[in-house]
Amino acid sequence: MDGVLTAGKYVDWGVVSISVTNLLIIIAMVVVFVLALVLPFPHPHQPADRDQEERS
Amino acid sequence: MTALPQDGERRSWTVGVRERTARLVPAGQILPDRQPAYVASWIYVFGVLTISALVVVIASGLVLALGGALWWHTSELGHFVNSVHLWSVELFFATMVIHLWGTFWMAAWRGRRGLTWVTGVVAFVASIATAFTGYLTQSNFDSQWISGEAKDGINSIGVGSVFNVLNPSQMLMWHIVLLPLAIGIIAALHVLLVRRHGVVPPLDDERNEVTS
Amino acid sequence: MTVLHRPRVHHSRTPDPHSYPTRSYDLVKEFTIALVVMTGLCLVLAAVFSSPDDPAITLAGWAKADSADVVATATGELAGTTTSATYGAPYNDASEGQSVLGLKLQKWGGARLALSSADLVLQPLHGVSGDPALTDALGAWQAMSPEDRTAAATAYADALAQAPDGAPAQVGPGPYGPVPELATAFLGLARSGGLEGSLTSSGTFYGGDETRAMLLLSDGAYLEDRAVAEHLGGDQWGMMNEVGNYPGQPWMWLYTFWYQVKPFSTSENADAQVWLLMMVLTLALMFVPWIPGLRDLPRWIPVHRLVWREHYRQR
Repeated sequence: MDGVLTAGKYVDWGVVSISVTNLLIIIAMVVVFVLALVLPFPHPHQPADRDQEERS
Repeated sequence: MTALPQDGERRSWTVGVRERTARLVPAGQILPDRQPAYVASWIYVFGVLTISALVVVIASGLVLALGGALWWHTSELGHFVNSVHLWSVELFFATMVIHLWGTFWMAAWRGRRGLTWVTGVVAFVASIATAFTGYLTQSNFDSQWISGEAKDGINSIGVGSVFNVLNPSQMLMWHIVLLPLAIGIIAALHVLLVRRHGVVPPLDDERNEVTS
Repeated sequence: MTVLHRPRVHHSRTPDPHSYPTRSYDLVKEFTIALVVMTGLCLVLAAVFSSPDDPAITLAGWAKADSADVVATATGELAGTTTSATYGAPYNDASEGQSVLGLKLQKWGGARLALSSADLVLQPLHGVSGDPALTDALGAWQAMSPEDRTAAATAYADALAQAPDGAPAQVGPGPYGPVPELATAFLGLARSGGLEGSLTSSGTFYGGDETRAMLLLSDGAYLEDRAVAEHLGGDQWGMMNEVGNYPGQPWMWLYTFWYQVKPFSTSENADAQVWLLMMVLTLALMFVPWIPGLRDLPRWIPVHRLVWREHYRQR
């Protein structure tokens, strides 16, 4: 049980110290967020129906 | 429309609850099949992705419950299910935070949707608490270290005797019963509010918009 | 049901979403697709990356890995100098504990989980039979006054601290009373596995509450040494981290950040202070819709023009 335990890989920058895994997760989240904003959203086959406004 | 109550001025509780419930969401909006045309961006999928991740978290949790709190230490299947539980939690938080970023930049609280925003933040905080009790429930080195550290934070504000992170039998119950129930209720309220008010219209469609 | 109205500029109202043109969409299908995608993603990630399971430190394991630490910790419990012995609420009244803005929250919580740190050592030892030397040592300890006990245990603790590697065998004779026998017997009990379960707080057949065992373990240095080696320490952003290269808790970044910087990093009340600060920030996040400036950020930084670009183009 007492094998030598080594910590994972960490990136240190000033006071910040973050694991490579966590950093990748955060970067991936930002990339996904940006992609979600800029990637074109597929247009449906029927155009938006202006004559049938939903009344509720 | 329901018939008016027959006997005098007495109002049936059942009728009262039924009518209140029916008014919670506009007719046809609980499961609508049309949405405003401006809902046309990939950012909008992160709410439903968060709910999907929560479903996987709960499903994997249910399987872990079948085997018991210690099952995953000695079973390969149990360990795999534990891994599904861990990764679904990571994805749950990732999609929830992206959803938060999106709804913030869309100022989605506009048009009397402030409570939707509030329930979202409460869901976020409750999720952190649930994840925390989950880490305490691992019955391994992580649980030992995390409980030892966290006790100092919780004791420092005087609630350590009521919420004892060094007591796994208590933390387990919070993790699998109390907190998931709270999250379920809060998430349901959150979605209900979205269905009630509809997806927030684009910014700048009104000059001098009231924000909330 | 709701009256459809054209948005009137001078009434400055967020438009009714139902006043816009609509398109059809399949909510149930969208949710089903999302669920299938999410499930698949989780299964793949679990299969490829798995999850960590570093075994818990047993008291026997601790004794075998760092016997000097066990002896020093047991001595400290008897001397009343360990972290748990001087903690304050909820374990005892030895300290006022932390406060923030003059609010002595820790003390107000009260010692409702009262326990004796010395008993973390003495109670398991009292359970040992067939060891006359230990029985004598326990008897001698019982007969001593509190002041003599503290003096003997403190003297032995100091001697251990000065011995090479803290090794009890390197400590010469001194005014230690029965403390060396007690500490050594405790180490032997730990090594044999006899301590496992004996400190569960329930004190009956069924365990479940590890408060006392965890306090003993936390009073030693070994647990923290292991954690720091795994980059889980408090001043290593540990709250965010996991053992090895496994994903941690990135969402805890702001909570743990404060512990890395002054004044919190050097404050005795850091826990209470950080808690209060995070409470305030959480409330700020919750009430964004009503906070001027904060709620206007989406207008000043128009990320939304990307979201609704089709709509603005068609308008």
